[in-house]
Amino acid sequence: MSDFTRADVCVIACAETFRGDGEIVANPIGTIPSIGGRLARATFEPDLVLTDGEALFVANDLPVGVPDAPKVIEGWNPYRMMLEVTWSGRRHVMMGATQIDRSGNQNIACIGPLDAPKVQLLGFRGAPGNTINDPTSYWVPNHSPKVFVERVDVVTGIGYDRAAELGPEAARFHRIPRVVSNLGAFDFETPARTMRLRSLHPGVTVDDIVAATGFELVIPDDVPESRAPTAQELALIRDVLDPNDLRTKEVPA
Amino acid sequence: MPDKRSTEDEVVAELRDGMTIGIGGWGSRRKPMSIVRTIARSDLTNLTVVSCGGPDVGLLCATGKVARVAFAFVSLDSIPLEPHFRAAVESRSVETVQHDEGTFFLGLQAAAWRVPFLPTRVGLGSDLSRAHPGLRTVRSPYDDGEELVAAPAIELDAAVVHLHRGDDRGNGQFLGVDPYMDDLMLRAAQKRFVSVEKVVATDDFLAEGPIESLRVPRHLTDAVVEAPHGAHFTSCAPDYERDEAFQREYAASAKSSEAWEAFRTKYVDLPTHADYLAQVGLA
Repeated sequence: MSDFTRADVCVIACAETFRGDGEIVANPIGTIPSIGGRLARATFEPDLVLTDGEALFVANDLPVGVPDAPKVIEGWNPYRMMLEVTWSGRRHVMMGATQIDRSGNQNIACIGPLDAPKVQLLGFRGAPGNTINDPTSYWVPNHSPKVFVERVDVVTGIGYDRAAELGPEAARFHRIPRVVSNLGAFDFETPARTMRLRSLHPGVTVDDIVAATGFELVIPDDVPESRAPTAQELALIRDVLDPNDLRTKEVPA
Repeated sequence: MPDKRSTEDEVVAELRDGMTIGIGGWGSRRKPMSIVRTIARSDLTNLTVVSCGGPDVGLLCATGKVARVAFAFVSLDSIPLEPHFRAAVESRSVETVQHDEGTFFLGLQAAAWRVPFLPTRVGLGSDLSRAHPGLRTVRSPYDDGEELVAAPAIELDAAVVHLHRGDDRGNGQFLGVDPYMDDLMLRAAQKRFVSVEKVVATDDFLAEGPIESLRVPRHLTDAVVEAPHGAHFTSCAPDYERDEAFQREYAASAKSSEAWEAFRTKYVDLPTHADYLAQVGLA
């Protein structure tokens, strides 16, 4: 079965982000991360705890973007309780990033200076608390030099350089397991803890990635291709988790 | 026993220029819009608004009521960025005091517990201290000696929240899946105002929802306003969902001053909530 799309590969790469997490709250934000988190639990990471995107923990394989889908509710997790989950360390969130830099600093607050923003974005949201307390991964559906920047305008989620400045004690819970974009997957498994190209999505070249990235990535000699979905995974994605193909709206074919 | 039933106008008459006002709900969900619109057409100025921000923040910015917004996010949910709030910040007509959701929560909790701050790891290493003037750290007095962020108490002069049911003595009941910060805002405030979809007999609360839904006891409230569809156009599930078409009309009104004046005349500058309901076809 080889007729998978770029969006399908992105789903798999997001799912892989949660591999090995066990019985914690996986909190993917956005369409493709949500499909990925749910796919991970439906296959190789069965103990993950997942929400319906709001205040409920849901035990069944919930499709994205289907408000009336039947839910098997296994728990209650309103907003304030999610903050407490975050502070307890039993969570792995996958956030978006309007900007991200080579150390993994994330910005979702504003473009331009904080005291005179050119574009006011969402705000700090939970990014400072997420990154200092729990593993935080990122999803970028539109990999470009405007997103992968030399320096973020504002540090909302902290990267490895900021964590190093805090010292090993204060930053002991900080970790950025993965950055997934529409072009590839990235990590920080380098001596200087700067961003490394981990895998290329099928059809993408190293040159494509370099051209779309506003800073110098660590690029190993042999970069593997991102894993393709299995037939079972494709069936789950298409028939169960994303029957309306919302993933292709986020990452067009 | 006091009857706390009140009107939007009576509630807003209790507010003063320069007050710090907490507004309940979250994003474009369960916002006390009938009271927010009444503030919007009042003479009040120079308010500091504390909110899990949605159209409450945008509307009050657009009507010039706001000097300062304390927030961790402002969003319309299905429309990610709040256009009126964006315009106000980008034109620098309002100041911002930015929070992580955690310092926002802990700040309200500190005010509710009458302590000056609560310690947290939230904010360490980030630019939050640049976006939140005066944010300080504190060193643990115990052997660990850790440096932590001291999330300052967010003391509210007044809080305004919208719930599903209430009684005439000011008990409140929430029937949705998430109380957000509403009960905490009431605990953190000097003056506490609740609007409800429906005033019911105290005896009938448990026919409406389980004991756990009785989240707002009357010692936390000073007035209760019966406002059916009082959260419109934001959601108030399970009573009603967000009016997405109306929200799009609201967001589009940020496109020009003419569009905004037309929206304001049509939907904001109406004398009562009943007039608003008639205007939006919910009467």
